[in-house]
Amino acid sequence: MTSAISVSGLVKTFGPTRALDDLDLNVQTGEVHGFLGPNGAGKSTTIRILLGLLRADSGTARLLGGDPWKDTAALHRRLAYVPGDVNLWPNLTGGEVIDLLGRLRGGLRKQRREELLERFELDPRKKGRTYSKGNRQKVALVAALSSDVELLILDEPTSGLDPLMEAVFQDCINDERERGRTVLLSSHILAEVEALCDRVSIIRNGHCVETGTLADLRHLTRTSISAELAGPPNGLANLDGVHDLVAEGNRVKFEVDSDKLDLALKQLVSSGVRTLTSQPPTLEELFLRHYEDAK
Amino acid sequence: MIGTALIGTGHLVRLALRRDRILLPIWILFLVGITYSTTTALEELYKTPESRALLGVTANANSAFLAMLGPLHDTSSLGGLVAWRWGVFSGLFIAIMAMLVVTRHTRAEEEAGRTELISATVVGRHAPLAAAVIVAGGTSLLIGVLQALALIGKDLDATGAFAFGLSTASVGLVFTGVSAFTAQLSENSRVSNAIAGGFLGVTYLFRAAGDAAGESGPQWLTWFSPIGWTEHVRSFGDDRFWVLGISLAAFVLLVGVSAYVVTRRDVGLGLLATRLGPAGGTIGTPFGLAWRLQKGSLIGWSLALLVVGTIYGSVAQAVGQMVQDNPALGQIVQQIGGADAMVDAFFATITQMLGLITSIYLVQAVLRLRSEETSFRAEPLLATPVSRWGWVASHAVFALAGGAVVLASAGLGLGLVHGLRTDDLGTVLPQMLGAALVQLPAAWVIAGVALALFGLFPQFTGVSWAVVSVSLVITLLGPALQLDQWIIDVAPFTHVPKYPDIVAGPLLWLTGVAAVLLAAGFAGFRRRDLTT
Repeated sequence: MTSAISVSGLVKTFGPTRALDDLDLNVQTGEVHGFLGPNGAGKSTTIRILLGLLRADSGTARLLGGDPWKDTAALHRRLAYVPGDVNLWPNLTGGEVIDLLGRLRGGLRKQRREELLERFELDPRKKGRTYSKGNRQKVALVAALSSDVELLILDEPTSGLDPLMEAVFQDCINDERERGRTVLLSSHILAEVEALCDRVSIIRNGHCVETGTLADLRHLTRTSISAELAGPPNGLANLDGVHDLVAEGNRVKFEVDSDKLDLALKQLVSSGVRTLTSQPPTLEELFLRHYEDAK
Repeated sequence: MIGTALIGTGHLVRLALRRDRILLPIWILFLVGITYSTTTALEELYKTPESRALLGVTANANSAFLAMLGPLHDTSSLGGLVAWRWGVFSGLFIAIMAMLVVTRHTRAEEEAGRTELISATVVGRHAPLAAAVIVAGGTSLLIGVLQALALIGKDLDATGAFAFGLSTASVGLVFTGVSAFTAQLSENSRVSNAIAGGFLGVTYLFRAAGDAAGESGPQWLTWFSPIGWTEHVRSFGDDRFWVLGISLAAFVLLVGVSAYVVTRRDVGLGLLATRLGPAGGTIGTPFGLAWRLQKGSLIGWSLALLVVGTIYGSVAQAVGQMVQDNPALGQIVQQIGGADAMVDAFFATITQMLGLITSIYLVQAVLRLRSEETSFRAEPLLATPVSRWGWVASHAVFALAGGAVVLASAGLGLGLVHGLRTDDLGTVLPQMLGAALVQLPAAWVIAGVALALFGLFPQFTGVSWAVVSVSLVITLLGPALQLDQWIIDVAPFTHVPKYPDIVAGPLLWLTGVAAVLLAAGFAGFRRRDLTT
């Protein structure tokens, strides 16, 4: 499989701040790649380097086989971008902005544009200054999704959208995946990334700390178990991979590393299980753990 | 009722003073400092009553001086000279100060959504406007009093000193009112400032046109200008304080109307309503977008300078007339080269002034790049196949070619009217177009400085306005203040050939300097990070 985006050892400093610190990122062609991190982790900086808006201090970045700083115009013909903070020209209507950005990219699909306006319930006749934040975001989304490009770069594209529109957005991204487009989706909303992404990279303090499929990352996560047993629990406390064990009589609550689940369950069964509740690991938890480490 | 509507005004005044803690002292220092230094310079230059009297005769015979500075009413004391040399400009600058301060704390705050945040706290409906008026009006009065004290410090007559200082303050008050009103009209602070600035420009020109031909001209026009009113005070002469009553009445009326409008409209909206627009667009190039963003300003400036041109064009003949009507001036005029030479000198000064004013348009057109960048509107554009050069060029062309259009409009106005009045349109029109357009290379240099700052030192693009102001002050006041020649030489407009002796040399090298600056700006922007 070829790489749509391949970044290695990227460094970018703003004065004393080291925004990117040896960042690696690999996005394969045709995948929806989640780019996760809290505010200020360096997501937008990475994206702006990929767009040739900022220049990296060191490291290499390749985008669709080209150099994002040198081959800017040629590469931009093949991608569409939605910024996290969309500002529109106060006296241009939403429709005018959509058409402008589409034309600058070399044309947009008229039918798709109309369909998206309807799905996102956006009135294109309003002037830029009268749109709410969510509606400004929709203008940029419609412009990007209705253009005919290979790569979509979306920087926290759903900030300001309500849950209904968030669902519409997810449908649209699934459509794009079926069309074979590559999507880089930066986000700090985990549910969104879990619902959409084939692979995920997690970035913290300008450095990529984890990358892989959601299944890969689950090896790093824990499952929460609570059970009522026939007799007092035995041997659980000493078991490798069991954390935060709380035992009250015949009831136990604990967390277990997802890859040690099998052993823990065997131990429970040996005491006789009356009820069992297990909560699957969420990215949320994985995410929190990574940032707890940072604190 | 009024009491609750003003709750929180004190807090907002403190907030405004905190935000303007650097800006306001600079304005105060500037307006008081120039008052003092002008007095010192004139004291040196005109020591004897005879020299002052001679200046009076020549100044009141020179229509270019009359148009720019107004008549010199009283030469019996140094104060009369100061009032003549600095009064009109002092008024002009304090008007700009009041305008910027009021808009900054009213419409700009509202546009940014901060008024909404403030209004949700315990703040009365009228408090934001009241705070802005108090800060701008208070600063105006403070400047007026300090100017008076500076003049008294130079041993000038105290009554005259206060007449002068309060005249300056009165213009500040009137434009505090004007901006308070224009801030209610549009949702956009840029438009508010443009309307207020346009009003300032037009009323300045009313007084200039009224003064330019002395008693032979339409002097009644000066009564339609807040700056004209300050001339009618005749500081250090008759000291007619009653004229200031007009300014005060205008201030009260404008603030009252604005406060009424505030109660009749929604926060964030203006009186000029926003309508729905087209669902689709036809703009498909960076230039198309720049045209959409810049055309209003270009058309407005061109029309304004066309009007200005016609006003001055219509006065020019009276300038020659004035000289012939006044035998006492005969000798001086002969020395200068006769009535025709007077008219030529008039056009030379007027076209230079028009060039200086046009440089404001050019800088504004260039700085649009920076405001597009910092408002993050450039980012999505530059993420399309639009190249950085293409984007910069799309706006720069409005400075370079747009500047030519604006100056040509001025030349057209001058030439058409003067040509028709002298029955020689065929000769006069091309001459006047040429006299206006020769200012272009110098204006390009200033635009070049702005673009170079944008490309190389983007955080300092605001310095462009300082460059415009300094070049204005040096060109208009430099020779009279007897500044060192090298300082005068720094201002690009110094080197523009004076009508009618147009030579190509300086125009070519000024264009060369502008080209180098522009190239530096383009290259710098291509290489730098976008501000994000």
